[in-house]
Amino acid sequence: MTSPPPLLEVDNLQVAFETEDGLLHAVDGVSFQVDSGRTLGIVGESGCGKSVTASSILRLVPSPPGRILGGEIRFAGTDILQLTIEELSHIRGNEISMIFQDPMTSLNPVFTVEKQMGEVLDLRFGFKKREARARSVEMLRTVGIAEPEARVTSYPHELSGGMKQRVMIAMALLCEPKLLIADEPTTALDVTIQAQILNLIKELQERTGAAVIFITHDMGVIAETCDEVAVMYAGRVVEQGEVVEIFGRSKHPYTLGLLESIPRKGVTKKSDLPTIEGLVPSLFHPPKGCRFAPRCAKRERLGEVDQSRCFGEDPSLRLVDDGLVACHFPLEEAEFTIGRAVTPPAGGTG
Amino acid sequence: MSPSGNGSDPILVVEGLKKYYPIRGGVLGGKVGEVRAVDGVSFSVRRGETLGLVGESGCGKSTLGRALNRLEEPTDGTVLFEGKDIAHASGKELLRLRRDIQMIFQDPYSSLNPRMTIGEIVREPLLVHRMGTKVEQVKKVRDLLEIVGLAGDTLGRYPHEFSGGQRQRVGLARALALEPKLVIADEPVSALDVSVQSQVLNLMVRLQRERNLTYVFISHDLSVVEYISDTIAIMYLGKIVEVGPVESIFERPVHPYTRALIEAIPIPDPRSRHKAVPLEGEAPSPVSPPAGCPFHPRCPYAIAACRETLPLLEAVGSGEEDDGREHLAACIRQGEV
Repeated sequence: MTSPPPLLEVDNLQVAFETEDGLLHAVDGVSFQVDSGRTLGIVGESGCGKSVTASSILRLVPSPPGRILGGEIRFAGTDILQLTIEELSHIRGNEISMIFQDPMTSLNPVFTVEKQMGEVLDLRFGFKKREARARSVEMLRTVGIAEPEARVTSYPHELSGGMKQRVMIAMALLCEPKLLIADEPTTALDVTIQAQILNLIKELQERTGAAVIFITHDMGVIAETCDEVAVMYAGRVVEQGEVVEIFGRSKHPYTLGLLESIPRKGVTKKSDLPTIEGLVPSLFHPPKGCRFAPRCAKRERLGEVDQSRCFGEDPSLRLVDDGLVACHFPLEEAEFTIGRAVTPPAGGTG
Repeated sequence: MSPSGNGSDPILVVEGLKKYYPIRGGVLGGKVGEVRAVDGVSFSVRRGETLGLVGESGCGKSTLGRALNRLEEPTDGTVLFEGKDIAHASGKELLRLRRDIQMIFQDPYSSLNPRMTIGEIVREPLLVHRMGTKVEQVKKVRDLLEIVGLAGDTLGRYPHEFSGGQRQRVGLARALALEPKLVIADEPVSALDVSVQSQVLNLMVRLQRERNLTYVFISHDLSVVEYISDTIAIMYLGKIVEVGPVESIFERPVHPYTRALIEAIPIPDPRSRHKAVPLEGEAPSPVSPPAGCPFHPRCPYAIAACRETLPLLEAVGSGEEDDGREHLAACIRQGEV
């Protein structure tokens, strides 16, 4: 017990939604941790539970129909799931901020930017109007908004998509949170604006030393921004580790499939793109055994006995080499077939 | 099926195409300005090939796609499809031309009528164009669904029972019902997860190969466009700023905007993280486009002349690529920067 506890520890989180067809287990036993100054990416396809996981950290999953069935979310030692609403509202926005794909989730359409930022500053620091305005203008400038003195009096609808995203980030950072949760913050933006926003989040993190959790479906964004990554599939984490390790040599066949499916530079239609055949399973009736087994290319290469293990026995997340992987038969080095794959840096960096 | 027949024969030639939308206002609701969504665009597409149309939101790429088969009435210019001008066709002639040109859209959720079965959706174009008897039509629908990889029992089911990728397959089956020669695909894989996206892209490529289809593929995603296209046109503020063979554009991008776009793609390899400073600012409004080069306010290489001179598309380097396909760029500092 030499190192201090991590800033955020999520332990065996279980979240379900009540639906007409019964209980849907959207997040089924997810665990991870994040340290200050580090960025964790959570990646996966629609319905894998990544956004529900992120929203659960601030208990933002609407209830009903959502229900956190179990697990712990410890932030700086405190279990968020045990807090009263008053205690929780102190953490929200002050200690932990969240930004979303749609900035209008956070912005109120009927108030000016100044009014909304001022309210936060008043509540948190007791700033009066003039002080608040100066601080708001400064923050808008920090996030790269041109003519912040003029923009601060705008209503959200007067701003472009990229600008709204910046205003939301400015608001999320007003209180200098220790943890920033970003849920697909650049998915709706153009690629040049996305590059600006990703740079901005990185710069601000370097300055404040905050921890960041980045939720995205885009492996490119993960590679650009994160130190560590958790890959989710059907409500579970299937692989987790350092970004360089996982992109250099993933061990879970699903991670490899995701990486391979992206059209890469220089690949043309003369050759087929690798795909993951089939569909994501229904979470009402998840497959027994490994949830990815029905679509798994590696499983198809195994013998009958091994295959029956994939279909019959649920693999738990376990340590293999330097990363965690939930697979009975993790990929061997030779099976990591991405053309431009790089071998991890040779050892001996003493 | 004559793969060797591909190449020199252009199926679609677009010249000086414009689409302006009036802005109305004032007491009498008169025209007070206009949005120049597509502002003088020219290009051609060869039979059996894919033209990728790339650009960021608001650049006019979707409007251009819709103007190609007259879903939008062009303000000016010509659209020659197999030599016939769609922009000025009417009545029966237009109906005939439209049979040869089909569209698929980004959102497979909203482009399929939720109250029609999959079978009815795919059969509808056959009914509209009175193609074949009922028995023939039903057989055709079955064949089409099989071709796009959907099982025969999908016929009587409704769109909501299908995933995004499956609905896009239905959209493709419907588009193919009339055996079109040209398919305009507007962001067809943007709403799909990557693993499903690659399935649909593979399907589109296979259909192109088997049927000698020509695609105009509209997308904001350069990686996808690089994969599927033979030629790429990059749009900015209603104009094409660079066009050329896919390899040439990616290996030797000339226009500063093209370069910025390519540089901004997040690369799925943490060992090649971006160090370049991203392009600053945002695209200006097409209501009041800047004078001179539309890109100059954001261009790191802009000089005084760029604020005054509207650059025209000019040949890059020696001009012609090996097989006669041109690489053009609209930048007065071409070759200097």
